[in-house]
Amino acid sequence: MRYSTLAIVLHWLVALLIFATFPLGLYMVDLPLSPDKLKLYSYHKWIGVSVFLLVAIRLGWRLTHTPPALPDGIAAWQRRASAVTHGLLYGLMIAIPLSGWLMSSAKGFQTVWFGVLPLPDLLDKNRELGELLAGVHKALNFTLLGLVILHVGAALKHHFIERQPFLQRMGWNRKART
Amino acid sequence: MKQHLPWLALLAVLTAPMAHAVEYRTVLPKQSTIHFEFRQMGVPIKGGFKRFTTEMAFDPARPEAARASIEIDLASIDAGSPEADDESAGKLWFNRSAYPKATFVSSRIRALGGNRYEMRGTLMLKGRSREMVVPVTYTPGASTAVFEGGFVLKRLDFGIGEGMWADIATVANEVRVKFRIAATGN
Repeated sequence: MRYSTLAIVLHWLVALLIFATFPLGLYMVDLPLSPDKLKLYSYHKWIGVSVFLLVAIRLGWRLTHTPPALPDGIAAWQRRASAVTHGLLYGLMIAIPLSGWLMSSAKGFQTVWFGVLPLPDLLDKNRELGELLAGVHKALNFTLLGLVILHVGAALKHHFIERQPFLQRMGWNRKART
Repeated sequence: MKQHLPWLALLAVLTAPMAHAVEYRTVLPKQSTIHFEFRQMGVPIKGGFKRFTTEMAFDPARPEAARASIEIDLASIDAGSPEADDESAGKLWFNRSAYPKATFVSSRIRALGGNRYEMRGTLMLKGRSREMVVPVTYTPGASTAVFEGGFVLKRLDFGIGEGMWADIATVANEVRVKFRIAATGN
């Protein structure tokens, strides 16, 4: 059983964007101020807004569709762990861009998607709040990193160690069967 | 109509001396502001200067004799963030150790009708001077008058942001400057 094509495309698109913007965020924060730093910050924010919107679509899909059933051999506790992990992943993929947007507002920098579409500033400029939100943004991101490692690790374990047909669920091959 | 004439005459007598008697010379720094705004990667950034001294003389009855000069302490900048404040002091931006002040000195003031005026003068920044034409609106008050105006300067005309910062796709060339000067008479 396979997820729908839309769900699969969105999953990998969001994965790609997160794998790009997470290291970008780590790299850019310690750069000395330069035009390149300003560009990288903007790209990071544009990607973050894009992730937020794509994840909103994914949540919409998820709430209106039943994902393909897990293979029979998966233990009950693992099913529960899977449900909790997926819930947290969705929550973080929404909360992380939000925290970044709020941090940016508090630091006095409006977010303008692709340099064209200005997002409203939900917070007034406030340096202390900006620093606090930067800490929140960072903590949420490292929590996400941990969960992504768990998510990828579990999928690989089911597929390669338990030899369950697992990666096909999010794979490109339309003919994949369980 | 006839019965109104004495009142109109009285009104004229009362207001005429008021309009001519006041020359605004004493600037109130706490009620005066200089702000600017520019775009960085398409994002509007607001800033300003906290310390500046203004000398002026303005008699609404004789605007052509008015004059104004402003000296801005560039160290009092708010460039949008502490990081940008520090960066702005450097050689590529204001080169503040060599040019700590910006000055504007008016050369000619012209009434445009209503309470609008056109002020010409020289803006000196980072050792470079440019003629500027600045529209100013005068708002009379009970004891304090307010003079507001603004203009757009091109930062590269003054070498503000050289080298890597000359890239105007990142930091726009146009900087919108707005001021509000409050002054009392005599």
